[in-house]
Amino acid sequence: MSTVEERVKKIVCEQLGVKEAEVQNTSSFVEDLGADSLDTVELVMALEEEFETEIPDEEAEKLGTVQDAIDYIVSHT
Amino acid sequence: MVSPVGNDVPTSWKNVCAGQSGIAPIDRFDATDYNTRIGGAVKDLDLEPYLSSKEARKLDAFIHYGLVAAQQAVDDSGLEQFEKLDRERVGVAIGSGIGGIEYIEKNVIQMHESGPRKVSPFFVPASVINMISGNAAIRFGYQGPNIAIVTACTTGTHNIGYAARTIAYGDADVMLAGGSEMATTRTSIAGFSSARALSTRNDEPEKASRPWDKGRDGFVLSDGAGVVVLEELEHAKARGATIYGEVLGFGMSDDAHHITAPPSNGDGAARSMRNAIRDAGLNPEDVDYINAHGTSTQVGDVAEVAAVKSVFGAHAEKLAMSSTKSVTGHLLGAAGAVEAIFSMLAVKEGVLPPTINLDNPDEGCDLDFVPHTSRQSDARVALSNSFGFGGTNGTLIVGRYED
Repeated sequence: MSTVEERVKKIVCEQLGVKEAEVQNTSSFVEDLGADSLDTVELVMALEEEFETEIPDEEAEKLGTVQDAIDYIVSHT
Repeated sequence: MVSPVGNDVPTSWKNVCAGQSGIAPIDRFDATDYNTRIGGAVKDLDLEPYLSSKEARKLDAFIHYGLVAAQQAVDDSGLEQFEKLDRERVGVAIGSGIGGIEYIEKNVIQMHESGPRKVSPFFVPASVINMISGNAAIRFGYQGPNIAIVTACTTGTHNIGYAARTIAYGDADVMLAGGSEMATTRTSIAGFSSARALSTRNDEPEKASRPWDKGRDGFVLSDGAGVVVLEELEHAKARGATIYGEVLGFGMSDDAHHITAPPSNGDGAARSMRNAIRDAGLNPEDVDYINAHGTSTQVGDVAEVAAVKSVFGAHAEKLAMSSTKSVTGHLLGAAGAVEAIFSMLAVKEGVLPPTINLDNPDEGCDLDFVPHTSRQSDARVALSNSFGFGGTNGTLIVGRYED
């Protein structure tokens, strides 16, 4: 079983079309990984599906980095 | 060009001239329950050289096809190597008849099963029709007029005709123009099938599209895209462009008759052709070849023959008229675009593509349809017809270019 971190990074790679090596925990989706506003919405949807959870919009807006997403998932699932 | 008979212009043209049908059993979805289980899908298209997987995922397949055709056209034109290109004077007019129906289907199912929050943020920009033109503008930096005319099966013809006029009117020096379609989806095939528009010759897919033949039983739905680079003549000459041919005239009309069927006398089609001939400043006798709308439907095929006879009189017996849809099937919004390219190549290369499967011409279908095999010809002027739901008609006239 992969860790939350591995699963989050895998989804980030798939959704944003970036290579695994480019994805650091500190990477910002928008500034470092080239996401636009629509990409980030879809990324959150993909995370919801992978972890069978619902991320409210006001929480989703706060997920700026890979680590933010990992932390949210760990504390809510 | 992307078509059921090739993923570029040379391959498609070779197969159209060889009469090599692109119709096959549908494999994009399970069509077991369908009356029609055949179509003209695009085969083995590698998107990788054109779109990253990230870009591709955010766009419906009709946009993939349109952008692939646009990229091929731009590459072939040499425009990007022209350093003095004024991108504010370059526009795009690439439409589609139906648009992103596959993306729409997926998101409707997603919403139905999981609720509105599961609809993709890319749903709208991935499926609305002007997004080939929009994405092409972004890709190439073309900042001129940007439009996507949507007129069912006349889409490709109207976009090219409109683009030519945009240049003639002085609004642009160069226009990327054409049409694209990827509508062989579950809902779309079901809808055309319910309208009794499609051939059900499922056991002989390659023989299903048979314009003017007694055994025809509807059209075959196909996918693909055609895009041309239209350019003001002096602009093209100044940069030493390869000129394939000239757009001589463009005409339009409407049947004002019925939402899907033409009147049997082809009155609207005739007016469209007359308008194009007048726009070109030609006489009917100047037209050597017609690339027909010729979809292989009972009513449409006969009406087009009647229209040609009424426009051309005795000359109708002398000109040649073929339907390349006999080979490609009906690409809806892309049809007029790929057929404009075939018409241009016919007069450039002096080869008339055939109407295949014309084994027993129907009553009244007695013109020279170039049956079965292609033919050498010195045709200089070709006319290409498109007629769409809503009774909308468009005609382009293209000619061999001689300096």
